Amino acid sequence: MEGLLSVSVGTVFWASVAFLCVLVIMKRMAWGPIMSSLKDREEGIANALRQADLAKEEMSRLQASNEDLLREARNERDRILSEAKAMSDKMRNDAVGRSQEEANRIIAKAQAEIESQKQAAITDLKNQVADLSVQLAEVLLKDSLTEEQKQKALNHSLIKEFGAN
Amino acid sequence: MLCVDYFCTAKNGYVMVRIYQFLFIIGFLGMTSSAFAQHEGHNSEPVAHDQVSVEQSAPAEASAHEGAEAQAHSVQDTTHAKEEFKIGEMIMHHISDAHQIHLGGSLYIPLPIIILHEGHLDVFSSSNFYSVNEHGELDYHDYKGYRNHHEMIEFVGENASHDAHGHKVMDFSITKSVFGMMLVIVFMIILFRSVANKYKRNVGKAPSGFQNMIEPFILFVRDDIALPSLGKKKAAQYTPFLLTVFFFIWMCNMLGLIPFLGGFNITGTLSITLVLAAIVFIITSVSGNKHYWGHIFWPPGVPGFVKVILVPIEFMSIFIKPCVLMIRLTANITAGHIIILAFVGLALMFGQQSPVAGYGVGVGSVLFMAFMYCLELLVAFLQAYVFTLLAALYFGDATQDHHHEHEHEHEIQHAH
Repeated sequence: MEGLLSVSVGTVFWASVAFLCVLVIMKRMAWGPIMSSLKDREEGIANALRQADLAKEEMSRLQASNEDLLREARNERDRILSEAKAMSDKMRNDAVGRSQEEANRIIAKAQAEIESQKQAAITDLKNQVADLSVQLAEVLLKDSLTEEQKQKALNHSLIKEFGAN
Repeated sequence: MLCVDYFCTAKNGYVMVRIYQFLFIIGFLGMTSSAFAQHEGHNSEPVAHDQVSVEQSAPAEASAHEGAEAQAHSVQDTTHAKEEFKIGEMIMHHISDAHQIHLGGSLYIPLPIIILHEGHLDVFSSSNFYSVNEHGELDYHDYKGYRNHHEMIEFVGENASHDAHGHKVMDFSITKSVFGMMLVIVFMIILFRSVANKYKRNVGKAPSGFQNMIEPFILFVRDDIALPSLGKKKAAQYTPFLLTVFFFIWMCNMLGLIPFLGGFNITGTLSITLVLAAIVFIITSVSGNKHYWGHIFWPPGVPGFVKVILVPIEFMSIFIKPCVLMIRLTANITAGHIIILAFVGLALMFGQQSPVAGYGVGVGSVLFMAFMYCLELLVAFLQAYVFTLLAALYFGDATQDHHHEHEHEHEIQHAH
């Protein structure tokens, strides 16, 4: 027991020297670089995780905005389509209306033309009839006025006729 | 309060268990040593001082195979030489520090003897002190007036008589434990240098090889010992020391368990654990802030008459804590060695009565030894952990700020 529980000055000396040496050497050579690279790595991992989280968030945000865009586009398309449809309807209606009008106008014009032509024709006819009547009358007069009696008779009939008027 | 403190922290359940275990081991040590004493008391024949009557064929850290071999040898040796086998001496011889390393058989490695005597330094090989006889044992003799008396170097003067009493000299020899410690340090430096280089090379990559093996332990010390005990701010400052202590103790413990190496008992050597504990004490005292010292010399919140009792206790606790660290480590490691050696010795003792009994007991001994060996591997780690954890707790206690102190006080009041 004596050897076991005794403390030897020499061993204490060597142990102190050895332990302090190993402490200094390990601190300089091993623990410094090891601890700093462990820390770096942990920070790197934490950063990477944070980045991944951010990316995920960004992604979901993008997705949401994409959906918004899509919905907007769809609405826009619907709107444009319905507008176009309305426009085309209107245009067709307009065209139909306009053509109807035109047709009416043409018809009216034609009718007016016809009317005026008719009037002209009638007037012409009247004139021609009058001319012919004059010519006929001339012929007749030339013929009958050669005789006195006939002239008188005519005067009488004319006076009768015009006097009746 | 400081002692009570540890029972109130998160780890306290564990510490309690350790303390019970420590008491148990101390008790065990007491029992075994008294058993040895009784055994030795029965021996009628006194043995000459410098003749160690030990069964030399059993190295300290006998493996299962080695144990059986040793037993066989003992049977032969005892029938031939009829020499009394003394288990107590055998065990003490193997767990005590020595000036040479016994690898087994008649193979001894001499170590340098460095003596400071009357102002001058004497350096010579320890092989000058002994010659190996035909049994593989050492016959000691004096050299230059120095005598190796049970591994204590004394100065007896030239041509001194056999039983002359010498006076002690300052012995700075590289003993077995010191040599083992140096081996551990060289090994640690080589290992951790390569690991640190790997860290520098492997930046941004997953750990590999030795780095991968060591990293969990480094993280264990940093995250499970230093951080909870010291807090985030102070942990970084103490982590290098805690890591060094942890790996140093663990590797010293493990070196002692390697068979055929002469059975180092580095952390079972009181002088070495004394140094470790003293360094812990110095760091604790130097880093102790005013709250730490305030709680020792003027505990707040207790009546005057209690202070009279408390202050001496607190003051003593400053010294008791490192002492406990020292004794716990030494006792645990030494006890492990003693138990394994006791099983070797058991077979040898029975072998002395009759070869049949020796072989019969040997089988059981070997089984128990194998079991103890596994347990010792665990204890080697556990003791390194406990030492480091308690050192971290002491540092944490010395440096904790006021805020924490109140929390502890509250906990203590709660516990009461």
